[in-house]
Formats: sequence, C-alpha cells, structure tokens
Amino acid sequence: MEINIMKSKDLPEETLKTVHSNMENHDIVMKPRMETKNLTVKYGQAYGVKNISLPFKDKTVTALIGPSGCGKTTFLRALNRMHDLTREAKIEGEVLLDNKNIYDEDINPVNIRRKIGMVFQKPTPFPTMSIYDNVVAGLKLVGIRNRSLLDEVCEKALKQAALFEEVKDRLKTPAVSLSGGQQQRLSIARALAVEPEVLLMDEPTSSLDPQATLRIEELIHVLKKDITIIIITHNMQQAARVSDKTAFFYVGDLIEAGDTNTIFTNPKEKQTEDYITGRFG
Amino acid sequence: MDSDNAGGGAPSILNGRKPNILYLWLGDKIFTTVVVMLGASIIMLALGMAWVLFDEGSLSLREYGFINFIKGKTWDPAVQLVFGAWPFIFGTVITSTMALLIAFFPALAVAIFSAEYAPPWLSGIIDNLVQLIAAIPSVVIGIWGIFVLAPWLRDTVYMPIYLWTELNQPGLLPILGNPIGYGMATATIVLALMIVPYTTALAKDAIKSVPKDQREASWALGSTRWEVIRMAVLPYARGGITAGAILSLGRAIGETMAVAMLIGNKNTLPFSIFGAGATMPSVIVNEFREAVESLHLSSLMAIGFVLFIIALIVNLTAAYINRKLSIGGGQIL
Repeated sequence: MEINIMKSKDLPEETLKTVHSNMENHDIVMKPRMETKNLTVKYGQAYGVKNISLPFKDKTVTALIGPSGCGKTTFLRALNRMHDLTREAKIEGEVLLDNKNIYDEDINPVNIRRKIGMVFQKPTPFPTMSIYDNVVAGLKLVGIRNRSLLDEVCEKALKQAALFEEVKDRLKTPAVSLSGGQQQRLSIARALAVEPEVLLMDEPTSSLDPQATLRIEELIHVLKKDITIIIITHNMQQAARVSDKTAFFYVGDLIEAGDTNTIFTNPKEKQTEDYITGRFG
Repeated sequence: MDSDNAGGGAPSILNGRKPNILYLWLGDKIFTTVVVMLGASIIMLALGMAWVLFDEGSLSLREYGFINFIKGKTWDPAVQLVFGAWPFIFGTVITSTMALLIAFFPALAVAIFSAEYAPPWLSGIIDNLVQLIAAIPSVVIGIWGIFVLAPWLRDTVYMPIYLWTELNQPGLLPILGNPIGYGMATATIVLALMIVPYTTALAKDAIKSVPKDQREASWALGSTRWEVIRMAVLPYARGGITAGAILSLGRAIGETMAVAMLIGNKNTLPFSIFGAGATMPSVIVNEFREAVESLHLSSLMAIGFVLFIIALIVNLTAAYINRKLSIGGGQIL
C-alpha cells in the first residue's frame, strides 16, 4: 500500500525511514480515516504550513505539538475548511476524509464541518442560549425539531461530555452561568451532539484549571472508542497522557510523527527531543 | 557617591534632571482645574438649557398644569388662546415610531449585507453611501421632498389607494385623509429615509463587534452563512442593534426641518394618514416667529421642555438597553 508518511523535503532520508517504521505497523493494518497529502496553507505569500502529509487512523487520538506559531492551528483548521472563512488563506494539496478530498469542487464545506467537529481554545457557548439550546444548536440546524429526539441527544451528548450530572436540573438556564470548565465541556457536548466522525480540538484545556483539564482528558479517552480525535496541546504531559500518535511541528514543517510512546521516549530528531525535554518552545 | 547615581554603572543623562518644584505642584493643579471645569461646563450647559426651557415655559405650565398641558388637545394661538401639547406629542410619537418601523429592517439588512456578505471594497462603498445620506442637510432633503417625493407619492401611491378606498371602503376615508402629498405619511417616509444611516451604522458596529470565536463556533457546527448570522451574530449583537434603533428613534423625534416642510402643519386633531399633521419640533419652528402672546411663546418653550425630556428618556433607554442586553466579555468567561 501507499506509504502515508509525513514528509518535509528537508528531512534526511534515514529520518524518513525511521518515521516510516514508527507508523507502518498500524498503517498496514488499516487505511487511515483521514489524511493530508502535501497540504500547504499560505497566508498571502507567507506559509502557514508547508507540504504536510499525515495520516489519522480511525478511533485514535493524534496530538499535534510544537512551539507557538509553528502552524499547528493553521494545520488543524485546514482539516475542516475553517480557512474558507479567511479571505487571505490559500490551500494546496489534499485533505482526505475516507479517501475523498474535502477540498474537491463538489464538496459542500457545510457538510464537511458537520462531519468534522471542532472544539476551540476558549469555551464558546452561545451566550443568549440556554444550556439545552446550546447542545442542540447543531441539530436544529439540520432541521431536527422532534422534541423527544432533541431531549435524548442532549442528554447523551452531555453525558458523553461528563457534564450531565452537574447541569441536569438546570438545562434551561443560560449557558454563561456555567464555570469555565463546564462551558468547555458544554462546547464539547455541542460538538458531539451532531455526531461528528472526527473531532478537532485546539488546545481545549488551555484556559482550564487542572481539575477541569483532567475531566476533559478522561473524556477524550472515552470518546476515542467511537471517533477520531486530533488535538493540539502545549502540554507535553497531556500529549503523552491522551494521545496514541504524536506529530511535532516546527515553523510550518512537520518534523516528526509516530507513536506517542516512541516520540516521547526515543525521538529521532534532535529538534523533537529538544522541544519535548523543554529546551526550547 | 553621588546620590543621583546610586545604582552604580554609567551615569544616565536623566540623572540630576529633577523637574522644577513649581512645575510639579502647579502643573498638576492647572491641568486638573482645566479638565474639571471643561467637564463640568458641559453638564452645566445641559442643565442650564433644561432650566431655561422650563423657566420660559413655566408660565404656560402654571396656567394649565404639566399633565393638562400634555393632555390638552387644543392648540389655538389665534382665537381662544388655548394651548395643549397633545397633537404635537401624538404627531411626534406616530411619525417617529412609524419611521423607525419602516427603516429598521431595511437598515438591518444593509448592515448585515455590508458586515457579513459584501467583499471589503463593496462594503466600503455601501458605508460611504449610507454616510452620504446622513450628511445631506435636513433642509435639502425637505426641499427634495416638497418638489420631488411628495408629488410622486401623491400621484403614484396615495391617489390610487384613496380612489380604491373611495370605491370599496368609503368608511375608511376619514382615517386616510386627503391625499395632498404633504402630511403624516410623507413626513414619516422621509424621516425613515433620514434615520436609515444611523440605524445601519449602529447595527453594523454591533454586528462587527461580535467576537470571531462566536462565529467560528457556529461555522464549526456546520452552519451556513445565514445560520451563523441567525445563531451567533444577531443574538450576540441584539443589545447594540436595539440600542442603535432607539438612538435612531431619538434622531427622528428631534428631526425638525424636513418634517416641518413636509408634514403640512395642521395643529388640530384628529390627524389622518395622508392628511396634514404636526410634531413638536415642527410647531416650534413654524410658530416661534409669530408668538407675540407671552402665553403662546411660553407654551412653545414648554413643548421644547417636553421634547427635551422625551429625548433624554429615549437616550437613557438606549444606554440602558445597550448595557442590559449586550453580552459583556466578563460574562462569558
């Protein structure tokens, strides 16, 4: 089969081989659920990310790590076409979801974003809506009005996001009455309610306290039984705790990717090692 | 060691440059005094204007009592010398609220289009055009209304409606009034036109101030452009949009020249839809020259006072709604 290796032109050949060997055991077993091929995002003349090829296996958690400004977020936002909203951003290469390029002409980005959910760095509840209305907001978009179905999905999503017990008696109260950690879990519940196949998380715990962070990490462990998760984190321990695969970005390039264990214990690249051990970034 | 260089190292050029003690002491005092005086003078000016209006109007307000002056339905400066403000309060409230109702949705649509849909160059053109309308002097709009809009409305809108009503619902004719072209309906339409720029600009500001993450959260759920606006943008901006609409109402209430030129200036109730009417500003501008009776002049001043109070209430309401309905950053996280 085709070898889906992240590739930066500047990397020496033996690195590619080792990266390859890190990945191949899994890749041969199954085709990736989602993958990028030579994905480049440009803002005008400036590169956001360059030539990234990276597979994401079904029902795994992939952590994207790297110093600030290295292109992680740019990369992540290319995966559900959020860059469509930025006039300056130009996308080259492919992002395949089940082998279909989501940037193809015949693809409606609205449908893509329904399949590929996103959770942002800051909690983003809709402030004028109740907790309940926030969770079912995405369902109402697709025209679901059936009350009992909405109730059911709302409860399920809130349970998945480990928020149900805390809010079950006040579903009709404004979402902004929740604490920051609860709001973030609400944002996750809202993203899960539309049953995405892939969930993108952009530093979901960076504005949360350790307790709330822990709950969200537990949540990720549960969620990966059903869906593919791609998470950006600045917290090395978090990446080690929650992810199966890790990809290290640096200045718009993908430096190294592979099993999280391997990346953290035996990175092939000096830059990766330096970053993980805290020597820079 | 020189105390100015106590930190050691190379002597800085700042060392030893102590400001003059007089400057330190006096400079601050002068600045504070000037700022406080300027700030206070604005407040005094507003209070002083309110006081002068009240004082000059007090003859009339004493004669009729405040409530009865407001409720008084007769304004007859010629024969009976009876002055009641109700026709003008009624005319002002009807024309300005109707104008806002007419202007609001088109203005909101323009604001949404300009803020959300139009590419930057088009958005710039729209904004400039809208501002251009706001920049046209009221009297110019009035003269355009007299010679162009009113005759056109009379011939193409009012007359057909009037003739149809005459044939089918003759009972409604008194409500409709004479379609002479100069009256409540024309004044309302021109007022609507004049407040569109304010409503648009304020609504656009409110829409623009919706944080990016709210929009993105909605996009990420798979919303279309319109759904993002409906789900994330408009609810978030509702405080600013409503406050902007109320501020526009304030403009409409105070608008004088164009209304006075187009409303037909009839001082007696009942007003009809097409027929002539009057508003508080229009009666003041029309009658102050002829107000030789002191009770008449005082009544005009009293109307000015009532107008002042209404404008104040409208503006305070706008400020209150803006604070109450807007979603502050502190509330969200």
